[in-house]
Amino acid sequence: MKNRRIEKFQDELRSNKAARLGVIFLVLISLLAVFAFLSPYQPDAADVAAMFQHPTAVHWFGTDELGRDYLTRTIYGGRISLAVGLLAMIISTGIGVAVGTVSGYFGGKLDNFLMRTVDVISSIPWMILVTVTSIYLTPGLFTVVLVISLFTWMNTARLIRAETLSAKEREYVLYAVSTGQSTFKIILKHIVPTVFPTLIVAATVNIANAIMMESALSFLGLGVQQPLSSWGSLLQNAQGNLENAPYMAVLPGVLIILTVYSFNKLSQALRVLVEPKSGGNRQGVK
Amino acid sequence: MAKYIIKRLAQAIPLLILISILCFTLLKLAPYDAIDAISTPNMSQRTIALIKAKYGLDRPAYLQYFYWISGIVRGEFGYSLVTHESIAEALLARIPATVLLVLPAYAAALILAVILGLYSGFQQGKWLDKFVDGCCSIGIATPSFWLAMILVFIFGYKLKWFPIIGMHTIGAEHSLLDLVRHLVMPFTVLTIAFLPELIQYVKSSTISQLSEDYVVVQKAFGAGNVEILFRHVFKNVLLPVITMIGMALPMLVTGAFITETVFSWPGIGPYFVKAIQGMDYPVVMAIMLLSASMVIIGNLVADLLYSIIDPRIQSIQVQRIGG
Repeated sequence: MKNRRIEKFQDELRSNKAARLGVIFLVLISLLAVFAFLSPYQPDAADVAAMFQHPTAVHWFGTDELGRDYLTRTIYGGRISLAVGLLAMIISTGIGVAVGTVSGYFGGKLDNFLMRTVDVISSIPWMILVTVTSIYLTPGLFTVVLVISLFTWMNTARLIRAETLSAKEREYVLYAVSTGQSTFKIILKHIVPTVFPTLIVAATVNIANAIMMESALSFLGLGVQQPLSSWGSLLQNAQGNLENAPYMAVLPGVLIILTVYSFNKLSQALRVLVEPKSGGNRQGVK
Repeated sequence: MAKYIIKRLAQAIPLLILISILCFTLLKLAPYDAIDAISTPNMSQRTIALIKAKYGLDRPAYLQYFYWISGIVRGEFGYSLVTHESIAEALLARIPATVLLVLPAYAAALILAVILGLYSGFQQGKWLDKFVDGCCSIGIATPSFWLAMILVFIFGYKLKWFPIIGMHTIGAEHSLLDLVRHLVMPFTVLTIAFLPELIQYVKSSTISQLSEDYVVVQKAFGAGNVEILFRHVFKNVLLPVITMIGMALPMLVTGAFITETVFSWPGIGPYFVKAIQGMDYPVVMAIMLLSASMVIIGNLVADLLYSIIDPRIQSIQVQRIGG
């Protein structure tokens, strides 16, 4: 069963060029982020003699207003952006799966209450929710991760709930119920594995969303704070120097686009895990 | 119909009250005292106590809530902690600017999305569909502020075609041409930012409509593609789009925070961002209350519009609510 799913996914990657390129890019950017320390430059080593240098053979993507190597800074920024994306994904997927399985499994009033809560939270613009919550917390990396994950789990919850509704009618679940296993165990051991493919797809989308949100927050100066910098805060800095150093805006922006694009394409390809029969490249069809 | 409207209103009002209580609680939780917004450091203790009594700040919390909410209803949102200005006046000055930007951009995006979505849904798998789909994927991954920066650099700094910040050139406040020149770049960014999701929405509902029986019947009667698409599918695709317009109502206030900030457009966006940075709690809560209310009203309008256009919905929903 599982092997067939993986085979299907490999087939999908073979036929879906965008997803294949996306996977390759994601591997590359993750390696770069992990091995950032191999760069000959330090991300925060100021060099006043080399301020605002346009791209040269020495500094491939130029230097910033303090003479710091921009490529190195961008790679280190990628560390923060990817880490925020990954951590926020873990928390938000966790909340989404917990709410989704509980809501779907128990049904009734609890389900109704949880789903109305999901409706209310997802109807208010995320920008408002995230920023308002963050002013009650101490600014920092953890706060950014927390507020993003607190307001991105709703879609996961909806998807997981729908899957749970069908999963709980499966025979092995009914059997587990009749043998008197505890509800917690049933959800953890039988429901969660059944909805796992959906969980993977939702998690991939969550990373993309978290990276997007982090970049917007940091760009507005409400996200990652100095001395840390992410792609978003690098772009905030680039905006101030746009006229004389436009090259500073290019690299972080292109990396955000490529990363988010790749995660989105990957999640589309991963959809074959949910419906192994569907196969093929049928994006947009729900 | 009247019964349905009353039922929907009866649902919306408790939600509004709930949200206002939430905002008030958050205001009370904030590490500041509302008196700070009104008093100045050189006022005597006695004066401050008098002001407190006047605004009811010495009363219990639930009474304060009633003072606060009746103020909101009368349009008194209180005062900014930082500038000591009336929040209501600031909002009134800024909302029109935001609407002036968001409304045309959303309308343009919607019209483009309906045309492109219908066509690419119809031409599914062909080059036009693939092209539109590729553009959408890239568009969704592009941060609107980055697009804005690129436009500012090319058309503002290099070509010098359009002004890069604000809404008016100083000394030309009443020139319509000047306003339009300022509007072009933020309008473009916002339209492109709205487009991809709208296109995908229209496209997927077009695809599901195309598999309906009436399309097969029309084909069997020998109707042309253009006729089927624009006379029949179009009308059915418009239904969910209308719901979406209702849902998009809150965007009139919050839809352009980032774009407005990049272009220093004098709308709600920069005001809100500044309030967040300065921890200006009363301003933040006023905007939150405003946008949450818009969400509820938007949903209400969407439901009502939908039930006017498609009477089937009304009977189903009345049954469900009455149930």
